[in-house]
Amino acid sequence: MALGTTTMTNDTILKVEHLSMKFGGLMAINDLSLEVRRGEITALIGPNGAGKTTVFNCITGFYKPTMGMLTLQRRDGKEYLLERLRDFEIPKVAGVARTFQNIRLFSGLTVLENLLVAQHNALMKASGYTILGLLGLPTYSKAVDASIEKAKYWLDKADLTDRADDPAGDLPYGAQRRLEIARAMCTNPELLCLDEPAAGLNPRESAALNTLLHQIRDEGVSILLIEHDMSVVMQISDHVVVLEYGQKISDGSPDHVKNDPRVIAAYLGVEDDEVEEVIAVELEGGNH
Amino acid sequence: MTAATETGHPNVLAKAVREGLFAGVVSFFMFLLFVGIETYQDINNALVWRTRWGLLAIFVVVAAVGRFLTVGFIKPHIDRRKLAKAKSGVLEISEQKNFFHRHFLKIALIFLLVYPFLSLLIVGKQGSLKYVDNFGIQILIYVMLAWGLNIVVGLAGLLDLGYVAFYAVGAYSYALLSSYFGFSFWLLLPMSGILAALWGIILGFPVLRLRGDYLAIVTLAFGEIIRLVLINWTDVTKGTFGISGIAKASFFGIWSFDTGTTNNFVKAWGLSASSVYYKVFLFYVILALCMLTAYVTIRLRRMPIGRAWEALREDEIACRSLGINTVTTKLTAFATGAMFGGFAGAFFATRQGFVSPESFVFLESAVILAMVVLGGMGSLTGIALAAVVMVGGTEVLREMSFLKSVFGPDFTPELYRMLLFGLAMIIVMLFKPRGFVGSREPTAFLKERRAVSGSFTKEGHG
Repeated sequence: MALGTTTMTNDTILKVEHLSMKFGGLMAINDLSLEVRRGEITALIGPNGAGKTTVFNCITGFYKPTMGMLTLQRRDGKEYLLERLRDFEIPKVAGVARTFQNIRLFSGLTVLENLLVAQHNALMKASGYTILGLLGLPTYSKAVDASIEKAKYWLDKADLTDRADDPAGDLPYGAQRRLEIARAMCTNPELLCLDEPAAGLNPRESAALNTLLHQIRDEGVSILLIEHDMSVVMQISDHVVVLEYGQKISDGSPDHVKNDPRVIAAYLGVEDDEVEEVIAVELEGGNH
Repeated sequence: MTAATETGHPNVLAKAVREGLFAGVVSFFMFLLFVGIETYQDINNALVWRTRWGLLAIFVVVAAVGRFLTVGFIKPHIDRRKLAKAKSGVLEISEQKNFFHRHFLKIALIFLLVYPFLSLLIVGKQGSLKYVDNFGIQILIYVMLAWGLNIVVGLAGLLDLGYVAFYAVGAYSYALLSSYFGFSFWLLLPMSGILAALWGIILGFPVLRLRGDYLAIVTLAFGEIIRLVLINWTDVTKGTFGISGIAKASFFGIWSFDTGTTNNFVKAWGLSASSVYYKVFLFYVILALCMLTAYVTIRLRRMPIGRAWEALREDEIACRSLGINTVTTKLTAFATGAMFGGFAGAFFATRQGFVSPESFVFLESAVILAMVVLGGMGSLTGIALAAVVMVGGTEVLREMSFLKSVFGPDFTPELYRMLLFGLAMIIVMLFKPRGFVGSREPTAFLKERRAVSGSFTKEGHG
């Protein structure tokens, strides 16, 4: 796909163009361009220190990129330049939700409360910025009922209904991961960014996560995820982008990426000239 | 268990004697210079010293015997009780609560409602002045302040060391506006709250991007700035002299409590002149203000804004990732807390009839914060208990004049207030590190409302 073009087709939800991020002298991301297509699961992979989380933090507003443009197009056609939005506006206005590599739940709140906090903006509006809610108007109580219904829906999807009234900090690790995803979904996102969702999960939990992610995708929410676990990446993603040293080295379907010699080299740590060799051999093979 | 825990077993007794002796020796050397020797000035103004072996002996004996009893009898006793409980299978933390426990809030509220009449009935008009004013009103002012600060510290997790500044803003707003313009208490009460909230926003705006220790230091500085302005802006505030003769609150404009007015409350009801009626009236005013604070806090906790405050305390970054504007959320917490501080300040001014910067020193902030922490951050009941213990404790100390017969005529027990506070706080924090009420009530539930243990909640970082 041609990069750098400014026209955005409706099947692209996020377009990252010439993104660069510098920390002092360190170039964490160097001129990265990629696209996330609507309704797909896009995986961002790469060795440790490749800059995956930095890309995430730029997209979700936790870092201001040094250079580059991040265009998000919502379903209604409105476009937002994420690098110009303030951090809390990105989930609120642009509909981008995220989870964290080290889980960040509100551990002292119950599971249900966690999901209600995620619906803060909708409830705030319904409560007339607290004032009408304090008076106890019916519109507000209706909104509260709706928010609980929505929380129930995601509790059910994340298989957490039994533990709704327990403190979030009391859940086992895998359940906390699912709760974090459910909480992000309660903000009504169009793009869900998951930072290593399968890290530390056992195979059964990992399989449950895959089903959850597929369900989310089938609801029309696009997913961008960082993952180390190759089996997860290959199983669930429709599109894979590989980073190394802040640059994109491969981009395509899981099968394409799996067989890309640069990716293999990056993961197995081959000398640079060997990579050239491998590529040369492959090109030769292609010619035959 | 084995015989080692049995009381009277030679091993335990020998250990107790050994530890008791050791404690005696340690305390002897510890107190030798502090207690055993006293310096004083003689007739020629020269500094000389004398020994107080008797007092030192008391200290040493108390330490030694105390340790002996603890090791030899109390600890084995506790161990045996725990063992018996473990055997019988009764859980230490049992869900069973007695009648008093279950209806504690209702009982407390009814008690507060009848308290002034009870004290009038028991000790008479003159005697009840002390109980209504020094105990009742004084404690309730601190309860209200602590509940106000609870919104900022306990719910939103913002460490505010300058809360007394908003108390001062409220008090001076009432004192100045009533003496310069003659507005009534009932008009100025909401106005003081609004002005305090405004100052909360003015302070909060530049400061709330700071977190944790930095926020604490800047709020501390803000408290001092307000106090110094009050001292030095003598044209308006009369500096350290303070403002006196502040108007009393009226009975909603119907009856006045000023003597000599035509609609005087005492005259209107044909009662004999006494200031106790005004105090009783003030008691109910502050009780109503406290109830308002509690009601608003409880309601707000169940609103999205209150949940956002608590979420902010738990994890600010996660809040931002969910689209919550943390700056405005913090500001509303700051302003709401400041507003209740302002209400309390206006009430304080009308109750005292006199305000000076002396009343708004850092120590006040520290005491209010201590109540919030001791009570258990976020818990209204716990905080009220802490306020009763801390303020009531001070007042009780004043009453302990019998101690003079033990320690000599120039012994003033209330001077030991801070020492005892410190001691009490260390003890409470050792045994109840999350405060009197360590758990939090969830604001919403699907099946049943279960309290969240304090070990899951966080204190907040900013």
